[in-house]
Amino acid sequence: MRSLIDIKELSVEEIDSLIETALDIIDNPQKYSEKCKGKKLATLFFEPSTRTRLSFEAAMYELGGNVLGFSEAQSSSSAKGESVADTAKMISCYADIIAMRHPKEGAPLVASMNATIPVVNAGDGGHNHPTQTLADLLTIKRKKGKFDGLTVGLCGDLKFGRTVHSLINALNRYNGIKFVLISPDELKVPSYVKNEITKAGKEYVETKDLVEALPSLDILYMTRVQKERFFNEEDYLRLKDSYILDPAKLTYAKKDLSIMHPLPRVNEISVKVDSDPRAHYFEQALNGKYMRMALILMLLGIK
Amino acid sequence: MKIEEIKNGIVIDHITAGKGEELYTLLGLDKLEIPVAIMKNMNSAKMGKKDIIKIDGVVELSTDIIGYIDPCATVNIIKEGKTASKYGVSLPRELKNVISCKNPRCITSCEQELDQIFKLTDEENREYRCLYCETKAK
Repeated sequence: MRSLIDIKELSVEEIDSLIETALDIIDNPQKYSEKCKGKKLATLFFEPSTRTRLSFEAAMYELGGNVLGFSEAQSSSSAKGESVADTAKMISCYADIIAMRHPKEGAPLVASMNATIPVVNAGDGGHNHPTQTLADLLTIKRKKGKFDGLTVGLCGDLKFGRTVHSLINALNRYNGIKFVLISPDELKVPSYVKNEITKAGKEYVETKDLVEALPSLDILYMTRVQKERFFNEEDYLRLKDSYILDPAKLTYAKKDLSIMHPLPRVNEISVKVDSDPRAHYFEQALNGKYMRMALILMLLGIK
Repeated sequence: MKIEEIKNGIVIDHITAGKGEELYTLLGLDKLEIPVAIMKNMNSAKMGKKDIIKIDGVVELSTDIIGYIDPCATVNIIKEGKTASKYGVSLPRELKNVISCKNPRCITSCEQELDQIFKLTDEENREYRCLYCETKAK
C-alpha cells in the first residue's frame, strides 16, 4: 500500500509512467471509464480548496468510481476534536483511497501513517502539493514533448510559493534543465532550494527583470505576488507591475513559449494574454485532472 | 576541587566544553535522585577544555540524545570502581521525542499526542528536520 505525500517520493520512471497513463487517458477516455467501478475516493478537505477538490472528484468520477467526503473542517469530526490519525483510521473503513487537504503541514503524512488505504496529499499548508506538480509536468510534456534541455523561468513569489519549490525539485532530475528565477529581492528562492539546484548539477540565474529574462525562456511559470508578503505598501506598489505579464511584455518572448500558472490568478497575468496561443494555464488545470486519474490508478494498483 | 570516585555508574567524558548542561537537561539527569556531577571546562590534553558528567548509579541513558548533543562524547561504564566498558556515540539518524518542532504551522503544534520525530538530513552540517513539516531543528 502506497501513498503520495511529497513529489520526491516518485522516481523519474514512475513520473514517466504516470504521464504515459495520463496521455493514454486523454486519447482513450472510454477505456478508463469503468476502471474504478465500485471504488470510493474520500476527499477530506480540512480547508476549502474548491479547485483541487473538484479536480480529484472529477478524476474519480471519470474512472467510474464514487466520491464521499467533506469540504471544510467545520463539517468534519475534527471540529469535535478528532485527531487526523483517528480520522484516517475511520475513513479507511469506508473508502479505498483518500485525498487530503489540511492547513497544517505534515497532516497528510500523519494520515498515511495511520490509514490502511492510500493517502494523496492534496496540499498541506505551505508545504507540499504533489498533484499540482504532476499537473505542471504533464503540461510541460504535452507542450514541449520533453523535459531535457528546457530553460524554465519562474516568476513572482519564489520565496513562499510551494508549487515553485516542488516543480524545481521535480525538474532537477532531468538533464540540461536551466532555471531563470525572476523575483524581487524580498521574494527570492530560499537558499536551500538553490542548493538543491546546484547539488543536482543544474544551472540557475536570478534576476529582478521579467522582460530581460523573457527571450531565453521555453517555459514561464507565473505565480502571484501577494501584497501581505511585503513589509510596506510602498515596496508592493513599486514592484507589483513589474511582475504582471501582458501582451507588451510577451513581444519579447519566444514564439513557442509556454505560459503556466498554478491558479488562481489575481492580476499577475493580464486577461488579454488568455487568448494568446502560448497561454497554457487553463489546460494545466485540465492536465491536473488527468494526472490525478493516473495517480489514483497507480495507488490502487489498477492497470 | 575534588569529586569522589564512582563505584558503579556512568561517566560521560569528552563532552565539548559548554555542552554539558544541555546534555544533563536533555538526558533528564536533573530528575534523578542519585548523585550526579557536571564538571565544566576541565583540562583535556586532546580537546583543550571539556565537560564531564558523572552519574553515581546505574541508569539507562539514551545514546541518541548523547550523539545528538555531542557525537564526540564517550560513555564509560564503571563497575566496582573500574572502567568495565567504554564506547563512543554517533549522530543518530532519527530523534524521537527529544526535541520539539517550533513551526507553528506543523501538525505537531495542534496534535500534541504525536511523536516528535526528527530525521538527520545533512550529516556534515548536523542538520535535523521535522519528519512532518521538514522544518529545520533549531
